Amino acid sequence: MMLQDFRIPVLRQAVRPNIWDVVALVIVIGAMVLIVYGGEQTTLPLSTLDTAPVSLDPSHLPFYALRTTLRMLLAILCSLLFTFVYAALAAKSRRAEIVLIPLLDILQSVPILGFLTFTVVFFMNLFPGNVLGAELACVFAIFTSQAWNMTFSMYQSMRNVPKDLEEATQSFHLSGWQRFWRLDVPFAMPGLIWNTMMSMSGGWFFVVASEAITVGNTTVTLPGIGSYVALAIQQQNLRAIGYALLTMLLVIIVYDQLLFRPVVAWADKFRFEQTASGNPPSSWMLDLFRRTRALRSLSLPFAALNRSFSNLRINWPATWSGPVRHSPPSRLIDALWLAVILACCAYAGWTSYRYLSQTLLPSDVAIAIGYGLITLSRVVVLIALASLIWVPVGVWIGLRPKLAERMQPLAQFLAAFPANLAFPVFVVLIVRFGLNADIWLSPLMILGTQWYILFNVIAGASAFPSDLREAAASFHLRGWRWWVKVVLPGIFPYYITGAITASGGSWNASIVAEVASWGDTHLTASGLGAYIALATERGDFPRVVLGIAVMCILVTVFNRLLWRPLYAFGERRLRLG
Amino acid sequence: MRDSVNEASLVDINGVSRVFPKGSGEDLLVLEKVDLKIRNGEIVGLLGRSGSGKSTLLRIIAGLIAPSSGEARCRGETISGPPHGVAMVFQSFALFPWLTVLQNVELGLEALGIDSTERRKRALAAIDLIGLDGFESAYPKELSGGMRQRVGFARALVVHPDLLLMDEPFSALDVLTAETLRTDLVDLWTDGRLPIKSVLMVTHNIEEAVLMCDRILVFSSNPGRVAAEFKVDLTHPRNRLDPAFRQLVDSLYARMTQRPEPKAPSLDGIAGSGVGMVLSHVSSNALSGLIETLAGQPYNGHADLPVLAGHLQLEFDEILPLAEALQLLRLALLSEGDLTLTDAGMRFAHLETDERKKLFAQYLLDYVPVMGLIRRVLDERPSHTAPEARFRNELEDYMSEKYADETLKTIVSWGRYAELFAYDEQSETFSLENPH
Repeated sequence: MMLQDFRIPVLRQAVRPNIWDVVALVIVIGAMVLIVYGGEQTTLPLSTLDTAPVSLDPSHLPFYALRTTLRMLLAILCSLLFTFVYAALAAKSRRAEIVLIPLLDILQSVPILGFLTFTVVFFMNLFPGNVLGAELACVFAIFTSQAWNMTFSMYQSMRNVPKDLEEATQSFHLSGWQRFWRLDVPFAMPGLIWNTMMSMSGGWFFVVASEAITVGNTTVTLPGIGSYVALAIQQQNLRAIGYALLTMLLVIIVYDQLLFRPVVAWADKFRFEQTASGNPPSSWMLDLFRRTRALRSLSLPFAALNRSFSNLRINWPATWSGPVRHSPPSRLIDALWLAVILACCAYAGWTSYRYLSQTLLPSDVAIAIGYGLITLSRVVVLIALASLIWVPVGVWIGLRPKLAERMQPLAQFLAAFPANLAFPVFVVLIVRFGLNADIWLSPLMILGTQWYILFNVIAGASAFPSDLREAAASFHLRGWRWWVKVVLPGIFPYYITGAITASGGSWNASIVAEVASWGDTHLTASGLGAYIALATERGDFPRVVLGIAVMCILVTVFNRLLWRPLYAFGERRLRLG
Repeated sequence: MRDSVNEASLVDINGVSRVFPKGSGEDLLVLEKVDLKIRNGEIVGLLGRSGSGKSTLLRIIAGLIAPSSGEARCRGETISGPPHGVAMVFQSFALFPWLTVLQNVELGLEALGIDSTERRKRALAAIDLIGLDGFESAYPKELSGGMRQRVGFARALVVHPDLLLMDEPFSALDVLTAETLRTDLVDLWTDGRLPIKSVLMVTHNIEEAVLMCDRILVFSSNPGRVAAEFKVDLTHPRNRLDPAFRQLVDSLYARMTQRPEPKAPSLDGIAGSGVGMVLSHVSSNALSGLIETLAGQPYNGHADLPVLAGHLQLEFDEILPLAEALQLLRLALLSEGDLTLTDAGMRFAHLETDERKKLFAQYLLDYVPVMGLIRRVLDERPSHTAPEARFRNELEDYMSEKYADETLKTIVSWGRYAELFAYDEQSETFSLENPH
């Protein structure tokens, strides 16, 4: 259970929004507009694209699963690369930091699925008439769902490297490059791996959602499990959906066992602790690997390569190599830098305004905000409902160590499972019983994300100190009082971590959950997600941008006003030990 | 001329000062005009309390911090960045938890670009020398504190430095382990088996300094200065019970508790500037305990500080803030290494809890100006509340942020004990209301 050691990095920052958040927001929206604008000019070549037809024959599923997994792997590699570069820049350069970090914060709350439409158009124009463009768009979509929290974690770690180790690297003359690979990266490793795992969990959702995408009158279908399901929906083939679910199940298990368990077990040595802790994570795969001599010797060249790579005599610019000399930073360069940022911001703001004001009226904004509030209330109600169900269940499981040990991986697995694959099953039920879409489509939003609450609560309850439990028992605390005075405060920080992840995921999921179809039956729940999804289908880019911007602002405000204060409170007052 | 001087001296510190920027107003002077020469073949100790700038001086020599003024040279060259031929041992060990013992030791050699065969050979030799055989493939978290610090030593020695810097290397270890490690190190040093020329160590442990060093520089605090220099001519291995050893320890104690320069908390009042005094955080429980011990047998209100420290199993650095707090409150007198209870102190020892609180409250208001200030402000305001920031700002006019933090912490805990005011941590406000 690594969970308890990692807090949500971004939330440790100041609560109140500052000017940089606004700057970042404007720049992000401006960039979106620019990409759309560039894309719109050349939508035509899309239709010439030759995409391989997907078939529902289950014998193709292993191949589709492979394609889906490869996309996933490629995306995670890109995310890692991005993380190293972006986090290093932000952590080592003060001037970069003031732009990069708020930018990251905003990017984190951009609903990725809404953004998909632009990126598909953009990448397909990069490689007209080639599947590569669509593939890249898909990989990019997964990347955007994975990179931000990984980068944040890395940045936070790099800023919190223990002072004595920093001094040791200086004192022993390690170069900046050596220091990065010998100190910064290993120190960041546990947090980074944990966040990578969380990203992977989220990533399956997006890879499935982005394989079959319709923009205006163009449909791009990449061979993969997601498009298989999309086709099954179109043809109303419930059996095929069952096959897809089964395949995904197997893929995630294999992925977890062959890739992540070994990595987590291996990375245990990077945990920054001075005394050995209880149960180190284990992996049969890693044990197997460590026991075989042949496989081991295969790894030696990599170790040597890694060693010489990290020992390369590369130096950062002198200003990065540590706080030895501190001359006051040049005010002139600061001012210039500030001017450049503000100019970019002004340009982005102006472009956005001009683009949006061509087609949109102020009333459109009001409509989008109205829909946003509907979706907001859905998120709030669903999180509350999920909490009512999963907190007691999680506490019950977490206080039974044997059970928790078995349930924890299951809950994590459920969180990783792309819930959108299961949507059709629910849609069939809604159609058959003629239920109200506005209400009954809503649970889909939290179908995949509720598990975050469950497994965080399990982790919290398992970590609850037994002496406190014993004290409560000896003072005869029972029933309501036991919950309010003993357990709930004890698991609060964990619960908040889970609820934040769940709420963020639900916003994203609303774009695919508020609109669902089964064959020719289309169900729509009114909300911002549906607004964005329908605008995407129509190819109505200004409304897509508007919808995304509204969602982005709502998510950010919601985080700042609710989650961050709660999280700060939990960390300050209720963190045990 | 310079060359002839440098031939003998490894490190040459001339009039070095260091200031740290402070939250508000002027900078904080932590090190003032320090001179120091380290020659070949000696162990030099920097002895002083925390905050006396001795660690700062060590880091200047290590090239980790630049001096604000003055000249720091190592083998005749001005120090800018960590000089070659200087290696450091850290108080916290500073081992990389993800590297094995061997990899930790090899780290410094790797940075020097030494090839792998040579690297391995030297690392194994250092591990052997320092008594870590058999632990090569262990990770630091599998080792005890003493073994970890041995890795720290091996890692420093393996680069064959001319000068070994040690920053309170034994203070994170338990008494027995620390003693073994000290003895081992001194033995290796006297046998000439260490690949180093000189040692500079920072410590706040007086006996440790006398046990190991050839020369001891005593630092005074606020700002850090060299207050005195002691030569230790005893031959190794030194015996703690040797009268000459004891005498030296006693005179160091006396030197360190004597304060000729006017410093914040002193008996001859400095009422005007009093709000700015730095209060070290000592708990009211510890103060009561010390008073009780001092009032009881065999001390009867008067004790030799080294003896008292030994009895209470406190380090010099731990007992001094307590003694000083008593002195500040006029509950005891501190001079020449002796601590004597005043009449008030004797009275305190025999009171019940509530009376003790009353006496403590009275003396706080009388002798700790900032306490009086807070109480006055709370009394005057109609709401009887005041934000912490109101006083923090005032404190930060006089001291660094860190000291202001500690002082505020002390104020809150003393004030709560004396029931002078209440403090709400959530809203960071002082108030007069106590929960009923």
